[in-house]
Amino acid sequence: MQQALEGSQAIARAVALCRPQVVSAYPITPQTHIVENIAKLVADGALACEYVSVESEHSAASVVLGAAAAGARAYTASASQGILLMSEVLYNIAGLRIPLVLTCANRALSAPLSIWNDQQDSMAVRDAGWIQLYCADNQEAVDTTIQAFRITQDTELPVMVCMDGFTLTHTLESIELPSQEDVDRFLPPLRFTRALDPARPLSLGTLVSPEWFTEARHSQHGALLAAAADIEAADRDWAALTGRAWGGLLEVDGPEAARIGVLTLGSISGTLADARAAWPDLPPVRLLRLRAFRPFPATALRAACADLDTLVVLERALSPGAGGIVTAEVRAALYGAASAPAVRGFAVGLGGRDVPLETYRRAVEAALAPGGGEFAVLDVELDRLPEADRYPEAGPRTVSPAGSESPP
Amino acid sequence: MSENEDRSADTAGTSPDDVAVAALRHRQPRFQGLAGGHRACLGCAQALAARLVLEAAGPEVAVANATGCLEVFTTPWPESAWRVPWLHSLFENAGAVASGMEAAFKVQGRTVKVLAFAGDGGTFDIGFQSLSGMIERHHDVLYVCYDNEGYMNTGVQRSSSTPHAAATTTSPAGRARLGKRHLKKDILSIVAAHHMPYAATASVAYPSDLRKKVRRAVAVEGPTFLLIHSPCPLGWGHDGAKSIEVARLAVETGMVPLVELERGELTGTMPIRTARPVTDYLKVQARFRHLFADTPEARQELEHLQALADHNIEIYGLRGAGADPRDTAGTDTVRRGGARWA
Repeated sequence: MQQALEGSQAIARAVALCRPQVVSAYPITPQTHIVENIAKLVADGALACEYVSVESEHSAASVVLGAAAAGARAYTASASQGILLMSEVLYNIAGLRIPLVLTCANRALSAPLSIWNDQQDSMAVRDAGWIQLYCADNQEAVDTTIQAFRITQDTELPVMVCMDGFTLTHTLESIELPSQEDVDRFLPPLRFTRALDPARPLSLGTLVSPEWFTEARHSQHGALLAAAADIEAADRDWAALTGRAWGGLLEVDGPEAARIGVLTLGSISGTLADARAAWPDLPPVRLLRLRAFRPFPATALRAACADLDTLVVLERALSPGAGGIVTAEVRAALYGAASAPAVRGFAVGLGGRDVPLETYRRAVEAALAPGGGEFAVLDVELDRLPEADRYPEAGPRTVSPAGSESPP
Repeated sequence: MSENEDRSADTAGTSPDDVAVAALRHRQPRFQGLAGGHRACLGCAQALAARLVLEAAGPEVAVANATGCLEVFTTPWPESAWRVPWLHSLFENAGAVASGMEAAFKVQGRTVKVLAFAGDGGTFDIGFQSLSGMIERHHDVLYVCYDNEGYMNTGVQRSSSTPHAAATTTSPAGRARLGKRHLKKDILSIVAAHHMPYAATASVAYPSDLRKKVRRAVAVEGPTFLLIHSPCPLGWGHDGAKSIEVARLAVETGMVPLVELERGELTGTMPIRTARPVTDYLKVQARFRHLFADTPEARQELEHLQALADHNIEIYGLRGAGADPRDTAGTDTVRRGGARWA
């Protein structure tokens, strides 16, 4: 049924449709509305589960770890500092191969304190061993949440569903919530083969010496890579049930003839798609959206970039002192490909900085500009900074098509 | 439990004195949740304590274990000494992991008792928050802290459980300092202040008392806490063969009071008929050796420690009088034999 729902509320309802048995969370902006809504569903008797209100994100992650290890379908949500606080546990959940789902309402990291959106939080734990799926809008976030519960039990890997804080979590959208029957059909009951059970005692999380650790990591790496097929299968099966598909690992949209590509993650992709109509004079552009960041869809990316001259990466996470995280990964994936495009990386929209339609035009202009830097912050306003802080390699001057001092 | 009923039948109509304890014990198949052959140090009291806890609590249990000696010496992959479902996650989250396990068993309608095992570092210090949260949320978990009074797994560093004046590698004794400068954290009172249904201390030197407290704790629905004093021969610098003696001296001197608290109120103590001087306990351990130097500072610290022990005896009312069969000197002999007397 189509209804107007706030993103967080829709996620809470989607989680409830998946019948989690244990939910544990600690409030943090902008995730709060999700867990508040779940708590209310439990309080109203609409969702039968153990809702564990913990004293920290570290414990929230630990509770769902314990619950899932004991065979329960478990869910938590967090963001920003909360993700960092639970990061130690996130690595453990993945290393122990515990299936559960976490929603990350993406938010910038301190300092300076910002409650607004960028994606440095989930990027900070990209190597934890979680599947990471980034959603473009709230309908996708709802559908992906349900898919995530299936992916996690198919792969025995934890799944992080990333949705942009405020931009999605606090936005009212028209959402098609699937029926309970459809979700039940899509999502079989959880059967965790390594669950803690006195009848079949297992030791999970043992000490592993060097002669075994490599094998453990090898298995984990292989499982992440193999999960790509499960992510695609879940999206395909969901499409068969509801008619909505989200591109599996990598969503590609745009004309065949395009020589320019713009790649991003999350909600910016909607802005870019809308912006195409605003500048019909610009050359055709192929929009690529990384839906799965882990596992990284290198093969699909190479295929999608085969006939591009330039690929612009727009990302909302900056690795200070290095540049763009996604840019670096995209470059690595394309390196050695027969006809790899030139890759230009830009950080945009950090800490909730608005990403206007104009971003699209600037990205395309950057792609058209000869030369250009490796990476820059696209929307920085250098005139606000003291002269000493206007690092040219981090500013827009090196990529501006006209070589002018300030962006047009 | 059917085992208990059988035992009662065997001994029906006999007074405890008439029972052939050896024969009785032979017929009593104790559940062994922690198998032998693990890699604990010689004389490790924690290994003994964990076995005793599982004997009394098992087998319908699942364990959340904090990082520490117990985890390391029992689970060198691909081996494991555990015969119960066991999960290790991190150093500081045993309380929270146990909470999750308990919530899962509860929602699944299963009657598995969850045990959280941690050392003093994972309980008094880094894991204190998750322990506090677990108790506040009233999870049905028995949290057992194996207290060897230091970070023994990393090479004997001080924890907030290390007793005053004990030397560790991060509170060494030297010309300017005489070991740890701070008092041992009173974790029991802190835990008990959480509207705690049951919190107790126990010692490996008194196994039947320990088992009795485990059974009591397991029977309570809600959070319970057991602090088990567990000598560490390596960290304390005593002969591994003397761990039980050292543990017993800790109790007999008043350094480690054995008490039970229910809802914050003192409901049980193990009296000390004749309290021994703390020096009896201190002199058998290398970590207190510096206190026996002939200096005014050392003498002052010894007096200080004696005062701390006297304080324990006073506040818990441990000074028993007369021939009480429940008192320290006789308890282990009298109560040994299992559930009937424990």
